[in-house]
Amino acid sequence: MWNRFLTMSCLGTLCLSPGATLLAADVPHATAVTAPISVAPYQPPADDSMPDDEFGKLVRLGKRIFTDTGKYAGKYVGNDLSCANCHLDAGRLANSAPLWAAWVKYPAWRGKNKMVNTMEQRIQGCFRYSMNGTPPPADSDELKAIMSYSFWLASGAPTNTDLPGRGYPALDKPAEPPDFERGRKVYTRNCALCHGADGQGTKAEGKIVFPPLWGNDSFNWGAGMHRINTAASFIRANMPLGKGGSLSLQDAWDVAYFMNSHERPQDPRFAGDVKATDKAFHQHQCRYGDKVGGKILGMK
Amino acid sequence: MNKNLTRIPLLLLALSASPWLFAASPDGQTIATQGNGKGATACIACHGQQGQGNADAGYPYLAGLSADYLRNQLTAFSSGSRKNAVMQPIAGSLSKQDIAAVAEYFSGLPNDRLKGSAATPSDVSGKGAVLARNGKWAAGVPACFRCHGADGRGVAPHFPPVVGQPEAYIRNQLVAWQTGARSNDPLGLMQSVVKSLSRDEIDAVARYLAAQSEK
Repeated sequence: MWNRFLTMSCLGTLCLSPGATLLAADVPHATAVTAPISVAPYQPPADDSMPDDEFGKLVRLGKRIFTDTGKYAGKYVGNDLSCANCHLDAGRLANSAPLWAAWVKYPAWRGKNKMVNTMEQRIQGCFRYSMNGTPPPADSDELKAIMSYSFWLASGAPTNTDLPGRGYPALDKPAEPPDFERGRKVYTRNCALCHGADGQGTKAEGKIVFPPLWGNDSFNWGAGMHRINTAASFIRANMPLGKGGSLSLQDAWDVAYFMNSHERPQDPRFAGDVKATDKAFHQHQCRYGDKVGGKILGMK
Repeated sequence: MNKNLTRIPLLLLALSASPWLFAASPDGQTIATQGNGKGATACIACHGQQGQGNADAGYPYLAGLSADYLRNQLTAFSSGSRKNAVMQPIAGSLSKQDIAAVAEYFSGLPNDRLKGSAATPSDVSGKGAVLARNGKWAAGVPACFRCHGADGRGVAPHFPPVVGQPEAYIRNQLVAWQTGARSNDPLGLMQSVVKSLSRDEIDAVARYLAAQSEK
């Protein structure tokens, strides 16, 4: 639900309500906990230093899964997205929820499911929500490969540390409350070129090039990216590709609000009642359960 | 009056010999192969009989490119947002209808470089390959293939194919984005991307992309 935005006094920081996710900075789930970085971030190793052995094979598979998830882990994927759509540069890029920063922070307690999650469980959550699919079992090749790739990316990084560049950089509150119509204009001007007039993404030769942002083929209502603040942080830092930081703070909030005011696949925790799901799982900055254009979001 | 009358036979002769004089706007194939008779020379003289380009001279292929993309480029040459000493006068001599017609014509021509399975990459670990396939994200440079399609064969209409174009052509374009000689990119995406590329990197990525569709 959205009215949280109006009642919160310190957006983009950790002052969220007890029901909100606190420890989610790694991902498209993140309410980012890091300030924009001023020191050089940790540098993951270069691809050509992947070891040439059985472990290296899994690392390479992990990278392939990350960049073309539908092709290499298709049975666990229920939409047209790939991990690297939100974790840019195949999970390497600082301020784009890099894998190396997540690796050193798990196991960790998460507000989202109110328990300590292992890294495996964290990745399984990505498949369930962001990929709108099925969690790969912990002993599956796919999950082992992503674990191996993450571990390798964090080679030499200090463990149990908030590395600079983790998650997406926290954003200040905009001057004006985010607005759908302003967001539509920002979208048309800056985003529709690649993501399509209706957020449907763009394919070439049958393959997704630019991911769908809403609708049946995008992330579901349980994914972190459906939160306005998370999406605004990601967008401001990274979009349009190659021009990160070019949108104003207000534009980033407005367009995130616009994007996330559209219907998308149901929250997998839904048990038959939007109001109850909203109350149980959406006490944060999102539009789930809100009426937009005469229809309640989350009814699909 | 008398003077004009004496020219009629000549005019008729010209009409019978030159199909482009009959219509206000000649068809795309005629413009491509003969010019438009109003200052625009035949495209195929440089871009090849079938729009296949000329690698040695650095002239790009046009065959199979999106008609919208081709139209946008000719319009940009005409307006000066894409500067080129050869193309600007030619584009400036084409009417809007001419541009649309010739763009449709080349768009419809077959191009082996854009069909079938992608060629095996000639090299996957060199500097050019890494830029094309992985990018240099920490400096704000996404991989070429991130936007130009997984095999670099383009995402119509805004992201043209980049594989198999002549090395010199690709290099010249990247330099033109850097210098501002070319500024017709949507959202300024290319101008932003090339900012942090060194001349060495431009050379390497041009070489890599040019080699990718050799079969």
